[in-house]
Amino acid sequence: MAKQERFKRTPMPERAPEERRNDFMEVPLGYSTELAVAEASRCLQCKNSPCVAGCPVEIDIPGFIKLIRDGDPVAAARHIKLTNTLPAICGRVCPQETQCEAVCVLAKKGAPIAIGNLERFAASMEAAAGVETPPAAEPNGHKVAVVGSGPAGLTCAGELARRGYDVTIYEAFHVPGGVLVYGIPEFRLPKDEVVAAEVDFLRKLGVRFVLNTVIGRTVTIDELFDRGVEAVFVGSGAGAPMFLDIPGENAIGVYSANEYLTRTNLMKAYRFPKFRTPIARGKRVAVIGGGNVAMDSARTALRLGADTVLLLYRRSEKELPARLAEIHHAREEGVEFHLLVSPTRILEDAEGRVTAIECQKMELGEPDDSGRRRPVPIDGAFETFDVDLIVVAIGNRPNPLIPQTTDGLKISRWGTIEVDDKFRTSRQGIFAGGDIVTGAATVIEAMGAGRTAARSIDEYVNDPEHLWK
Amino acid sequence: MHNVVSRDEIAPSVVRMVVEAPAVASKRLPGQFVVVRPLEVSERIPLTIVDSEPASGTITLIVQVVGATTRELTSIQPGENILDVVGPLGRPTHIEKFGRVVSIGGGVGTAVAFPIAKGMKEAGNEVWGVIGGRSRDFVILEDEMRSLCDRLVVTTDDGSYGVKGFVTDALRRLIEETSGAIDLVLAVGPLPMMKAVSALTREHGIHTVVSLNPIMVDGTGMCGGCRVEVGGEIKFACVDGPEFDAHLVDFDNLAKRLRAYHDMEQQADHQCKIGLATRNKQ
Ligand SMILES: Cc1cc2nc3c(=O)[nH]c(=O)nc-3n(C[C@H](O)[C@H](O)[C@H](O)COP(=O)(O)OP(=O)(O)OC[C@H]3O[C@@H](n4cnc5c(N)ncnc54)[C@H](O)[C@@H]3O)c2cc1C
Ligand code: SF4
Ligand code: FES
Repeated sequence: MAKQERFKRTPMPERAPEERRNDFMEVPLGYSTELAVAEASRCLQCKNSPCVAGCPVEIDIPGFIKLIRDGDPVAAARHIKLTNTLPAICGRVCPQETQCEAVCVLAKKGAPIAIGNLERFAASMEAAAGVETPPAAEPNGHKVAVVGSGPAGLTCAGELARRGYDVTIYEAFHVPGGVLVYGIPEFRLPKDEVVAAEVDFLRKLGVRFVLNTVIGRTVTIDELFDRGVEAVFVGSGAGAPMFLDIPGENAIGVYSANEYLTRTNLMKAYRFPKFRTPIARGKRVAVIGGGNVAMDSARTALRLGADTVLLLYRRSEKELPARLAEIHHAREEGVEFHLLVSPTRILEDAEGRVTAIECQKMELGEPDDSGRRRPVPIDGAFETFDVDLIVVAIGNRPNPLIPQTTDGLKISRWGTIEVDDKFRTSRQGIFAGGDIVTGAATVIEAMGAGRTAARSIDEYVNDPEHLWK
Repeated sequence: MHNVVSRDEIAPSVVRMVVEAPAVASKRLPGQFVVVRPLEVSERIPLTIVDSEPASGTITLIVQVVGATTRELTSIQPGENILDVVGPLGRPTHIEKFGRVVSIGGGVGTAVAFPIAKGMKEAGNEVWGVIGGRSRDFVILEDEMRSLCDRLVVTTDDGSYGVKGFVTDALRRLIEETSGAIDLVLAVGPLPMMKAVSALTREHGIHTVVSLNPIMVDGTGMCGGCRVEVGGEIKFACVDGPEFDAHLVDFDNLAKRLRAYHDMEQQADHQCKIGLATRNKQ
């Protein structure tokens, strides 16, 4: 391979910004076989493979890339699934640039292998060929309950079903998938083609889904044990939105990102009035925050017909926590980034509708605990943006319902459930993982937690006394 | 899927439905609600559980037709199904023996006041009821309230039935008559009514609880759409409520937020009327 080719990433074909910003269809189109093989051929097949160490679930990256290079993408997908059961999802949403791709040896040359794109390619090829359902495991007669059907719960359930467990997932919403269905928009993660397909696969493995059931309200964890469940995995996520706590925040036209995205994605408000759930369609929209949730909200606002979308973030470009691809896509689609501003007040008209947001201008000071430079206010410097809709995307906390209704669960001061390295909580037989343990984090970490917890559950059910003395 | 066992119109555009929901029926306590999505295209809407029968696994809902989703819900006939029913949600009413409790229901608010009054009666309180409506046709659950209340006053705005006037007028008379010897007032109804009751009882220092009905989506504390200002703090009505100390509630803010989708609701309802959406498969 010529040197230039080795140091150039194969670009992902994408729909043009002017076109895609008007609909909810997926933005990247996926590699063709030709492009995938070209990209896979760039991989150096490093012996020490730093990329593997960069992956939270240690996928054998050179291994699957080699299979793509050699023309067997379906085998590549199966190879990935040895460690990551959801490659179609992770290929699309993982922050590769801070994980595997960050440490790829070619990153030094500015062109790490497009590992995420290749992962997604392998998964698509497998789906097109028809995913084989593994032969049903011999039932082992043990019952396990999983709370929440986000990536943590889905992975844990899948892993247990493969080992012959009788697994039931309890989900509060009417559709399984957690953030994958109510949060991350269709244009980034197709719901039917990708998420529903994973759920179907679990059903084929024998996992039962009980929807519309709020654990702690409809049934408590203790009642699940009374019904003969031997272990419970809690993967209830970090679903409680935080607000800014500034004047005017309860005006008409101020949404939490959760509400904005749930109305749009889960309740299909973008197809109003055929679907009855309404959503305010702002013409000038401000989104507060700088993570994936903020990018998703900003790009959703464009697709709901906004002329202008302002992204207001209190730190600088460098600290934006969102995936690079999303920042890039948002910019291309016309989202205006206003950095180093922190909202102080929301203004409203006589009817109580939002008219503007006033922000304090900031500058970067000393690094804080997270190592990022702390934004500090510039004395007397304010800026006001005229807007008619505001979406607050500054983070989520764990929902307190399960901690409140389950005695003996040790909870941290941030409201997360405390676990040890085996994902055991302070209560015998109860395990937890994903955002409910880490606070809002990533799909892949939630998945990894679900998988490891499943192994601990297996160990526990086989020898209960050993794991809880 | 939740089978509708019975359905009857108890006042103009007010429908009582008995629905199969065994898990909810066995768990539910007074003051709690369910979130219902009648059809695939519908919104998720909160509805108070008016009554429940654990033995038959049914709950009673009372629905006022105000928009597309309530129209869709109430068009579902006995033997047909409601798609999703989630619950019981919200904190149950704080019930203990307070002494003399006045339970006030305005319009369909009586559907919410009734289960709370019932819980209070069962806890040994002396329960007085005040229920009202615009006119005779809009007074609901009179027999049910009469059978459990130690005393019941019915009011109508136009005087077509009971005492002419608002429920607040009746309450004022009860306060005067007892020289304020009322231990707790529970008020549920239109916002202006709850606000007026709250102002009145504040003057007399009577502890008052209201049940709020903001717009909700999930009903589990996930979206914040149901947020209300109580005592200067943001509370999520679906998990922190729906009942709050009336004297701390910012009613004007709630009234404002309830207007958020006014125009869109009419548009959706229009769409709904011109072709009532596909029924759930039975
Ligand atoms: C808009 C948005 C965009 C994101 N983008 C990315 C991204 O690009 N890349 C990335 O890696 N991460 C992203 N994240 C973060 C990622 O989605 C989460 O870290 C991940 O989904 C956490 O998985 P989980 O299984 O722990 O919880 P969740 O996905 O939150 O699932 C929890 C589930 O439990 C259910 N539940 C909660 N309480 C109960 C109860 N009491 N009873 C029954 N069910 C209950 C909830 O309804 C939910 O379905 C994003 C998050 C959001 C909100
Ligand atoms: S570090 Fe990069 S080049 Fe090396 S094996 Fe991993 S993906 Fe291939
Ligand atoms: S209805 Fe969503 S938080 Fe209350």
